[in-house]
Amino acid sequence: MTEREERRFAEVPRESIKLMAESSGVELSEEVAALLAEDVCYRLREATQNSSQFMRHAKRRKLSVEDLNRALRWSNTETICGYGAQDALPFRPLKEGELFFVEDREINLVELALATNIPKGCAETMVRVHVSYLDGKGNLEPQGTVPTAVQSLSEDLLKYYQQITRAILGEDPHLMKVALLDLQSNSKIAALLPYFVYVISGVKSVSHDLDQLNRLLHMVKSLVQNPYLYLGSYVRSLVSSVMYCILEPLAASINPLNDHWTLRDYAALLLSHIFWTHGDLVSGLYHQILLSLQKVLSDPVRPLCSHYGAVVGLHALGWKAVERVLYPHLPAYWANLQAVLDDYSVSNAQVKADGHKVYGAILVAVERLLKMKALSLTLAAEGSGAGLPGTTTGAVGFRENSPGLSPPPEPLSEPPLGIASHLQAGGAGCPWEEWTPVSLPAMYCELYSFFGDSLAVRFSTGPPLGGATPPGPCQPLEGRKEPASSAPNLENTRKMPQLTASMNISPRRDGSPRMEPQPPSLAATVPGRSLARSSSSSSSSSVSRSRSSSSRPGRSTSQSRDIFPKARFPLPQAGPPAFSFIIGGRQMGRRCQGRRFQTSFTPTPPLTTHPPRAYAHKLPVIGRVSKPVRRWTCSHYSLHLPL
Amino acid sequence: MAAVQDGPMELDAEKEAKPEILSDGTSNLSGNTASGTLSSSPLTAAPAGGAPKMEDQQTLIAVLQFLKRNKLSESVEILRREAGLGEHQEGSQATDGSGGGKGDGDGGDANSLLSRVSITSAAAPQSMPVKKDQPDVSVVLSAYSQQGDPPLYQVYYSGLKNFIESVLDCHRAELSQLFYPLFVHMYLELVYNNHETEAKAFFDKFSGDQECYYQDDLHILCGLTKKEHLKGNEVLLDFRTSRFVLHISRDSYQLLKRHLQERHNNQIWNIIQEHLYIDIFDGMPRSKSQIDSMSGSLAGEAKREVNKAKVFYGLLKEPEIEVPLDDEDDEAENEEGKPKKKKTKKDSLGSKSKKQDPNAPQQNRIPLPELKDSDKLDKIMYMKESTKRIRLGPENLPSICFYTFLNAFQGLTAVDFTDDSSLLAGGFADSTVRVWSVTPKKLRKVKSAGELNVIEKESDDVLERIMDEKTASESKILHGHSGPVYGVSFSPDRNYLLSSSEDGTVRLWSLQTFTCLVGYKGHNYPVWDTHFSPFGYYFVSGGHDRVARLWATDHYQPLRIFAGHLADVTCTRFHPNSNYVATGSTDRTVRLWDVLNANCVRILTGHKGPIHSLAFSPNGKFLASGSTDGRVLLWDIGHGLMIGELKGHTDTIYALKFSRDGEILASGSMDNTVRLWDSMKAFDEVETDDFTATTGHIHLPDNSQELLLGMYHSKSTPVTHLHFTRRNLLLAAGAYNSQ
Repeated sequence: MTEREERRFAEVPRESIKLMAESSGVELSEEVAALLAEDVCYRLREATQNSSQFMRHAKRRKLSVEDLNRALRWSNTETICGYGAQDALPFRPLKEGELFFVEDREINLVELALATNIPKGCAETMVRVHVSYLDGKGNLEPQGTVPTAVQSLSEDLLKYYQQITRAILGEDPHLMKVALLDLQSNSKIAALLPYFVYVISGVKSVSHDLDQLNRLLHMVKSLVQNPYLYLGSYVRSLVSSVMYCILEPLAASINPLNDHWTLRDYAALLLSHIFWTHGDLVSGLYHQILLSLQKVLSDPVRPLCSHYGAVVGLHALGWKAVERVLYPHLPAYWANLQAVLDDYSVSNAQVKADGHKVYGAILVAVERLLKMKALSLTLAAEGSGAGLPGTTTGAVGFRENSPGLSPPPEPLSEPPLGIASHLQAGGAGCPWEEWTPVSLPAMYCELYSFFGDSLAVRFSTGPPLGGATPPGPCQPLEGRKEPASSAPNLENTRKMPQLTASMNISPRRDGSPRMEPQPPSLAATVPGRSLARSSSSSSSSSVSRSRSSSSRPGRSTSQSRDIFPKARFPLPQAGPPAFSFIIGGRQMGRRCQGRRFQTSFTPTPPLTTHPPRAYAHKLPVIGRVSKPVRRWTCSHYSLHLPL
Repeated sequence: MAAVQDGPMELDAEKEAKPEILSDGTSNLSGNTASGTLSSSPLTAAPAGGAPKMEDQQTLIAVLQFLKRNKLSESVEILRREAGLGEHQEGSQATDGSGGGKGDGDGGDANSLLSRVSITSAAAPQSMPVKKDQPDVSVVLSAYSQQGDPPLYQVYYSGLKNFIESVLDCHRAELSQLFYPLFVHMYLELVYNNHETEAKAFFDKFSGDQECYYQDDLHILCGLTKKEHLKGNEVLLDFRTSRFVLHISRDSYQLLKRHLQERHNNQIWNIIQEHLYIDIFDGMPRSKSQIDSMSGSLAGEAKREVNKAKVFYGLLKEPEIEVPLDDEDDEAENEEGKPKKKKTKKDSLGSKSKKQDPNAPQQNRIPLPELKDSDKLDKIMYMKESTKRIRLGPENLPSICFYTFLNAFQGLTAVDFTDDSSLLAGGFADSTVRVWSVTPKKLRKVKSAGELNVIEKESDDVLERIMDEKTASESKILHGHSGPVYGVSFSPDRNYLLSSSEDGTVRLWSLQTFTCLVGYKGHNYPVWDTHFSPFGYYFVSGGHDRVARLWATDHYQPLRIFAGHLADVTCTRFHPNSNYVATGSTDRTVRLWDVLNANCVRILTGHKGPIHSLAFSPNGKFLASGSTDGRVLLWDIGHGLMIGELKGHTDTIYALKFSRDGEILASGSMDNTVRLWDSMKAFDEVETDDFTATTGHIHLPDNSQELLLGMYHSKSTPVTHLHFTRRNLLLAAGAYNSQ
């Protein structure tokens, strides 16, 4: 006790007093300085003691500068100004000479005054009432998404929570990264999950701030990726937050300079990721998501950015979602979009730009749809052997076969096995209930009727690869290189950047693809014809026609069919259809050479020498879609696909 | 900061109103500084009087005695020769001293003893060797070695300490009470007489021995080393001006007195005479825990006689109001109850209130405002609500609603609810008062005078028409104060709101127009709390000037001034019968004042920290008080005794409230918890018969854990206020603290 008491309080040394006196031009003797020092110490202590009273009555634990100033004022002493800021003042030593000082940065008032980021005013003081304890027991019902049993949280956890949220929502990108990484790997934060979910549900309140939205989405991603977290029913809340970012006309979208498109893309990716990894936690989730996406898509009042979100979302959920929701909706939706795109008035410029975005998104979605469908057909054909005709629906065929593939060509399609079945069992009245699979050729035809050559630009046939001959499709086709045998094709690409697909598929005969009970059989496809078609029609008619077809919104499918008599193929009875095309560059596609994508509907027997694995190996290279799902964040989903 | 520094303000009309304590303090202080003799002992004055030679001689003689007793005859001879002392001198003085000491039969005649001790002070050391105790030898020896007067203080103190530690256990606890006041006074005297180093040494040596609950005072004390510092320090002023009260049993007192007389320890005796008040009681000495539970206040315990006054703690008779039965029937039918049963219930309630409580004050002891029609309506509402009240108990705890103040960056300092829980007021550190409507009914102002003229006064809905619909909002801000608002209180009729502030004023706001009606100026220092009488009209305020004031809303000057606290009055509450006012203070006492004559009728000691919350039980019999040390104490007002201690909170208790029937006490604290206590059990367990015993102290069972019914955490929200609705739903309020 006595030892502790030796240094009973902080003291101001007489040297300091002398220095201060000197700085104001007074010379003090040693004695006077000592006396003064002692008195100063005492007065300081007295003021501190008195100020504690103000702190207590203000019901605070922290003594503030204001408290001290009040104490000083009541003892008729001048108050100290300039230390009222809430932030702690950095106390620094000076290397030369043992000097310690409080850092006092100079503030450029001009800069401050002319700063554009005007600080937001404090939020209004308000009172919120909340039943904390019912009949003396904890209120067990969740308040919103946050449970009230807060007392179970330890101080440490609360601190962690505060630090993490502050870091993520703060300004420092490095801190954010660290926080996200930790959130992704920390195994002890299960108790905090509801809080984080609650924070994330705050997306609705920051829809004006793209940056914050992005940060929140990253938070979602980290939570989803954390292997130690069981998300349980919080998945629903997370999904709704993400869906908000995808679908809602965010306040940030008002300004065309804001790149909310990327946000939507990212959110869509996130959505699909949550769904593939945690979709099994909540029953009916897929169904619900599709339903809400469809609702947005079919609502013409919604702004185009919402539609865009819906399309991207569908795209991210996999080609089946596109096939089931987007594709049947396309005829109806097309009319609206066309109207927007055809309006050349200045006032419409922005909307038109948005419209192009949607257009692009749809294009990418349907392109993949075609691709995947073709692929699935191939696999179906391969897997089910010769006995199985090409008419097998893609879905079924694929389902049967995919487990057998060692590296799944489309890894994303594994989960939908369960989901698809769920979909079938889904609630009554869902629009895709009586959905019947449309055959690939029919689909292509119809899509072609909408997109014309801009669709075609993405698919192109290579030279005849000997579709009838089995080894044809098995030629090593490196995605990045021009196929060796495609010299004329290369010329084609160069001459006309817009290449039409030349497919050995048969078009639909009648109007609506949905009414078609039986997918048209691919009758007697002659590979040679496809080549002829590609060389003849693509150069002459399609260029001139593509615009016209797309500019006529009300155009019925039958009309388009009339225009494309060449597309009528006989059913590929004789041999399996070969399907090869080159994916053109971007929509502008001048620089890109385009990549060849090829598949063939070859029956299995000739392929016995080439097991399906060979395909599987090649596909990733060709399509660039089959990258491992782990890298789902990378741009292959993105619409800015550098094909 | 010091209350003594009252400026020119006291020159005006306030002058008569100045509390006694202030003028006392001033005069006392000036006396101290002027003469410096008020408390300086004869011994300390002696060296100044130019008698060092005499001192030396005394020490020498003392040493001689010591040597003699230890049979060191050679040394004695040598010393005697060298000092030139005669043997006769020594002997005569010794007899003289011992005679003076023995002449005192009992301690009742303090003055004569004092004078004798003072006279013989010079000879005191000589007499000591006569006694065979160890301590006095050490006294003499240290006196010899240090060759000065101030060091004797240490000797005296340690002498007393040794004595007290050597006495029987039963007396030791009682006599230990002396340590702290003696320590402080001796230290202050040393400081006062400019013995800085000695004072420091004294402090360092003995401060560790003091009870832990005096730590705060010791902190202040240790910073004080100069005479000049004494001038402005309130704590010390209190110490010097007021007598520290100790309760000591007669046996222990006799023991002490005998010891002091035998030692002629006049320094200590002086202090006891001048600065301490020893309240002697007959009976068994108290135990350590009993003493500890009652001590801790700045000025010791309360004198017993101050708590002897009769307090009419009973409730006033309820005015007879005819409850419109048709209304009630409607409601009863609505709630599928039996109207008949309800009626009888009401009757019984009515008859209960008609019976005059023997402990109640006369109905007109304090003139109370007459009931208005609206008041009667409200009473009817109250009765109706109370029939639906939930009966609380240990098995039936109340639900808690928490009103969280969000975005209260400016600092929430005070909260109050109206009795019917329809309005909520918050006082803030940014000088504003905000009023919220808790019900969906929005707050509306009355229209301006011009608009009011247009209204047809005869119409039925005139009360509705006078309200300005445009101003309807959920909350209103009241601007007017120029400092943090530390206290808010609604009037019972919900027409007015009081707020007290750091700027020294209490303001009365109209809740019809949301404007300030009156600013009551009287406290010249921050006003920490204010509270409306349960009948309206009167209110009480207390502040840094150490007084509580009673006001009537229509008088701009206080009606009564309750002076007596030795430090700030931190909280004020009206008794349910409006005849008494309770105040809590930084001096760690609770006082109860009679509104009629402004007398202090109860001084309740036992808290170890400043008191920040008070609550009367609904029946007026009991009082609960909460302090910064996190303890709630329960008091029986009639007997003026502590009857319970509720330990559990870990921080200052800012809110206390009894449930409407008094079965549950709720306490809210800075530690972010609300705790519910079984007050019924706490009150029942005390056998009131004990109080009538002359000793007047009871053994408190340490049963806080049994009484604690529940603890409820908020989410980093300190609990600032608690309120029971008329149906016994507990409302808590506080500001969310994000740090």
